[in-house]
Amino acid sequence: MSFFLETLLGGLMSGMLYSLVALGFVLIYKASGVFNFAQGAMVLFAALSMARFSEWIPEWLGMDNLFVANVLAFVVSIVVMFAVAWLVERLVLRHLVNQEAATLLMATLGIAYFLDGVGQAIFGSDIYKIDVGMPKEPVMVLESVFDGGILINKEDFVAAFISAMLVLALTIFFQKTATGRALRAVADDHQAAQSIGIPLDRIWVIVWCVAGITALVAGVIWGSKLGAQFSLSTVALRALPVVILGGLTSVPGAILGGLIIGVGEKLSEVYLGHYVGGGIEIWFAYMLALVFLLFRPQGLFGEKIIDRV
Amino acid sequence: MKLHKLLVAASIAAIGLSAALTAPAAYAAEEQFFPVLAYRTGAYAPNGAPWANGFVDYMKLTNARGGVNGGKMIWEECETAYATDRGVECYERLKGKHGGATAVQPLSTGITFALTEKAPVDKIPVITAGYGRSESQDGSVFGWNFPLIGTYWMGADVLVQHIAKKEGGFDKLKGKKIALVYHDSPYGKEPIALLQERAKMHGFELSLLPVAHPGVEQKATWLQIRQNKPDYVFLWGWGVMNQTAIKEAQATGYPRDKMYGIWWSGAEPDVKDVGDGAKGYNALAMQHGAEPNAKVVKEVLEKLHAKGQGTGPKEEVGQVLYMRGLISSMLQVEAVRVAQDRYGKGKHITGEQMRWGLEHLDLDQKKLDALGFAGVMRPVKTSCLDHMGSAWARIHTWDGKKWNFTSDWYQGDEKVLRPLVISTAGKYAEEKKIVRRTAEDCKK
Repeated sequence: MSFFLETLLGGLMSGMLYSLVALGFVLIYKASGVFNFAQGAMVLFAALSMARFSEWIPEWLGMDNLFVANVLAFVVSIVVMFAVAWLVERLVLRHLVNQEAATLLMATLGIAYFLDGVGQAIFGSDIYKIDVGMPKEPVMVLESVFDGGILINKEDFVAAFISAMLVLALTIFFQKTATGRALRAVADDHQAAQSIGIPLDRIWVIVWCVAGITALVAGVIWGSKLGAQFSLSTVALRALPVVILGGLTSVPGAILGGLIIGVGEKLSEVYLGHYVGGGIEIWFAYMLALVFLLFRPQGLFGEKIIDRV
Repeated sequence: MKLHKLLVAASIAAIGLSAALTAPAAYAAEEQFFPVLAYRTGAYAPNGAPWANGFVDYMKLTNARGGVNGGKMIWEECETAYATDRGVECYERLKGKHGGATAVQPLSTGITFALTEKAPVDKIPVITAGYGRSESQDGSVFGWNFPLIGTYWMGADVLVQHIAKKEGGFDKLKGKKIALVYHDSPYGKEPIALLQERAKMHGFELSLLPVAHPGVEQKATWLQIRQNKPDYVFLWGWGVMNQTAIKEAQATGYPRDKMYGIWWSGAEPDVKDVGDGAKGYNALAMQHGAEPNAKVVKEVLEKLHAKGQGTGPKEEVGQVLYMRGLISSMLQVEAVRVAQDRYGKGKHITGEQMRWGLEHLDLDQKKLDALGFAGVMRPVKTSCLDHMGSAWARIHTWDGKKWNFTSDWYQGDEKVLRPLVISTAGKYAEEKKIVRRTAEDCKK
């Protein structure tokens, strides 16, 4: 029983991290109708920026305070991600207003490859450390209830908590602020939003900036766990089944989808993996999402699209 | 629009500049061309780049020493990103350049599998020092593959020998549990046959835990390890998978001193960011470890890096993977020398002649010392039938700051390895309708 609970908790905490990346997809899709394939590349770019600036800034300023270095690196990385957002709008999206969704998707695919390449060219392709003081050693809980207790990974726990806070902040931003409502209006219909005076270009910059910050937080958390390196861009692939499951337009869907995928893949690997040779968690997540789609094609919380003929 | 035009112009200028910088030198008859299949980008770049730097640096050093009987080494790098399709594409693009490739080193077991059938057709030796197909040690079947100084079966064999010694003998392995955490790829699957053989012999329980590429998600794997409590974990990872495994071991409380990596899971990029969390973690050293004090390392620093002609960062020179690249390069350069002794000093060596050189490598300690490898590696002697040439390894352990050797030398047990090599190579020969080379063939 304790092992089952450990696996379940591990899955929930992993799922929360997937939600964080999935949120980047949802934000941009909600606000611009663009499925941003570059979200993983943005996570990598942001993580590399954070890791390298936290290394370079102490050298430039001749100081050795890790906390100050991390704060400054985080601020600089926000600026970097804002610059990326501005450039994306200026050089790519502005020229593709009212184009087919497939065109926009392909454009983000191009952005993904560009960011992957240019990120490594500027910041390097080694593994870089992000040390924000995340606890690494595990902790045992409920030792009096279960023999040997339940192992909790403190780092995953802290990461899941930070993710939950960010998700909450974004939900409030989308539901309660004027800008948030404008973002949702743009997503519904570009032309209609423009006709009532919503500045499309500014809104797109804002939403890519918000997605950039989400990518930065995800990059710092994942980078702290795995090191800032190329594989972080593949983390986005883990978030794809989450958005398939949760629905592309729903923030709560991203959260619940993340949790279901996280738990599903861990339980499947542990309890079913050995029957088929193991290593099933990645494709199992997709299978799980596809099974859900059989019953709810729009995802758990996605909006049902009805076209009247 | 101005910005667009500027970007287009800048891109064209950049492409032109990079073409000018990477243009190969004009081919001269006595030059030897080596394609460098490297990966400096992508998920495996942190491990691929130091290997490529050492590999290229040794060719530069050879040229700085005056070449091989005056003949210079030339090379061209091609980025594979550790992808088999891109590796094959690189091979096809480069194999005919500059008078033809002398040999190729793919640094990927997947690419090696793909090139194994191409090599006999193109007559280009495929050198796979410490990787590739283990049965390719049998030169009578795999005439063009050279897994010099180490195969995965030999590595796995040495690991089992080491833990048997720690436990007090092979008989003490009965009932023990060993988990193999492996990269779910041809590379990671390579040791399984040998470990299963050893498990049958000694009665230990072997559990197999595959990790999907690139290996960043291992939580479920380590939860299973926590549940099963194996006595030892063997790690067959590459790139980010290695440090993720060590971090997960830390997060689940599995003792790092019970973990043993293959030689591709025991370098600085695998542990440096884990710091104290990796303290006590062990890995196999394919003869060499980190060798900052080796004579050849000092020579590289003096003749190349001090003059700004080195490849990659200076701090990396002498680290584990840099040394692996350096040694891989040295072995091919010395094979050129051996071939030239037979086919004409200073002359261009073809792929076929290079094979002869590789099958007659005889690097005794005196020669190795003269090349600057004293204390780094043991003698290598290949033959037509034995394409490995040396089966020695030792264990090194991370102390939180650096790798230290923590065991004596071990030699792969021929009594276990040879039957497996012969039978598996035999099956391959049968399947591909290959006629084993005879002693007469070996003289050619």
